[in-house]
Amino acid sequence: MIIAHELSYHAGKKELLHRLSFEAKAGEMLAILGANGAGKSTLMKLLCREISPSHGHIIFRERNLQQYKLPELAKQRAVLSQQNTISISFIVTELVMMGRYPHFDQFPGERDIEVVRQVMEETGITALAGRDYNTLSGGEQQRVQLARVLAQIYDTPDACLFLDEPTNGLDLLYQQQMMELARRLANKGYCVICILHDINFASRFADKILMLKDGKKVAIGTPLEVINHENIYETFNIQVKLMECEGYDCPLVIPAMIQNNL
Amino acid sequence: MLSLTALLIGVMVLSSCIGAVEISVPELLSILANRTGLSDVANFRPQQAAVLLNIRLPRVFLGVLIGAGLGISGAAIQGLFRNPLAEPGLIGISSGATLFAVLMIVLEVGVFKSLSGVMGFYALSLAAFTGACITTGIVYRLSVRNGKTVITTLLLSGIAINALAGAFTGLLTYMATDEQLRTITFWSLGSLGGASWATVTGLLPFILIPLAGLPFLAKSLNALALGDAEALHMGIDVIMIKRIIILLATMAVGASVAVAGIIGFIGLIVPHILRMTFTADHRLVVPGSAILGAALLSLADLVARTIVVPAELPIGILTALIGTPVFLYIIITERNKNKI
Repeated sequence: MIIAHELSYHAGKKELLHRLSFEAKAGEMLAILGANGAGKSTLMKLLCREISPSHGHIIFRERNLQQYKLPELAKQRAVLSQQNTISISFIVTELVMMGRYPHFDQFPGERDIEVVRQVMEETGITALAGRDYNTLSGGEQQRVQLARVLAQIYDTPDACLFLDEPTNGLDLLYQQQMMELARRLANKGYCVICILHDINFASRFADKILMLKDGKKVAIGTPLEVINHENIYETFNIQVKLMECEGYDCPLVIPAMIQNNL
Repeated sequence: MLSLTALLIGVMVLSSCIGAVEISVPELLSILANRTGLSDVANFRPQQAAVLLNIRLPRVFLGVLIGAGLGISGAAIQGLFRNPLAEPGLIGISSGATLFAVLMIVLEVGVFKSLSGVMGFYALSLAAFTGACITTGIVYRLSVRNGKTVITTLLLSGIAINALAGAFTGLLTYMATDEQLRTITFWSLGSLGGASWATVTGLLPFILIPLAGLPFLAKSLNALALGDAEALHMGIDVIMIKRIIILLATMAVGASVAVAGIIGFIGLIVPHILRMTFTADHRLVVPGSAILGAALLSLADLVARTIVVPAELPIGILTALIGTPVFLYIIITERNKNKI
């Protein structure tokens, strides 16, 4: 689906990513973990072609990512960003319809209207349809954006979906709903690549976890393979307790008290 | 959209009829039918026909063109900067156009003379357009960081560039002869008084190209409202689109300034009225702003030339008088909205 080969990225003299290689397949959810400034967002930008790598290359669906035309790429991958403020007020349905922009010229067709109706149902925002986006709560805005992003790749069942900290700013229920939805999409055949801060969410929902530290790969593998004391200490510089929990394959991670710091 | 067009046609008929020489609607139709060869009957006085065809119609068309140009560029610029308060005047388009137009008036020797010889009325428009491009380019460059327009920097650099262009314009005014001074002063207040068929045809291409082009960018403007990165993810070539929008908007505003001076606030309030009454969807706001802008400016011009008969109020004063309170109202509602 998407293969990163020896990816490096320099901003000025600083190397933000160093020779990163990994692969994510269709139907798989890959979680990217790492401390602040580890290069998660840079990696995400490279993968969705917001920026180009300094070295290395990305193969997306058997072709070099750089060879895609922008409108062509838009139908095969969508991105949910963290920042979702809009200064111009749009109605929720208008905003979700924007996800269909790569699919029609001036005015939406029947298929576009149908897709918008479906994604709004799937993300549970049908009731918000006529509302002004700027009057919604943070959680509602996030779901509207998710609906827009889903509408964009709805016709490509094995497309790639990028989520940048999708649970950020959401309450417990919405967090859970968001992760379950992401999981369902992966089960449907999407390749979901997701930056997360919560290790437990990553280990519960993702098929594979990529751990980054200072732009370098610490580990990649299934949650059971990579969630251990050494990797977590290496990545986050913190000691943790691992607790077996009934019903979960992977142990829960609980941070230990930080002593002698601060 | 239909109701807006009906409004525009109504205003056009109204401003064709009202003035020092009264023309009734049947007379208007009769003149038009007679002159286009549709009818042999002449239910009007020759004086009425002369006034309508040589004075009033060019003026109405000029108002429509400039209003449409200002309205549509206002909508495009606000969409581009993702800010409902951006306006061609605020980001330096008008002051740049003014500077270059005044430059042409004052330094009427040399290049401009020969340029005028070749291109006639296009020369001043072209000069204003060049000036507008330069200042807008500078302001835009200064306000973009990491591909994002920083609004504060945008407004601040807009103010700075406006001040600089204003200073140079002042310098030129200082150097100007009395006759040039009169031209500059009256022109900078904004007026459609100089309307003739020559100015209309001179302005036409500069307005028609943006009018034809900008509505096709409405979808991209909607996407840009979500953010540069988001628009890129939706398959839009953001850098290219931005350049085209700036070019087209500058073209319309620059040429308008060249012909009629600075007519403020049309570009600011027209898209706002549409957004508040209908929708923020640029597919409606962009073409709608052209039509409503045309209607509003024609109406303002009608008021400007009839309110203090036999004299004439510069239209720039009138639009500022109406526009400023609306501008303040927008700021206050925005402020209250953000408080919640």
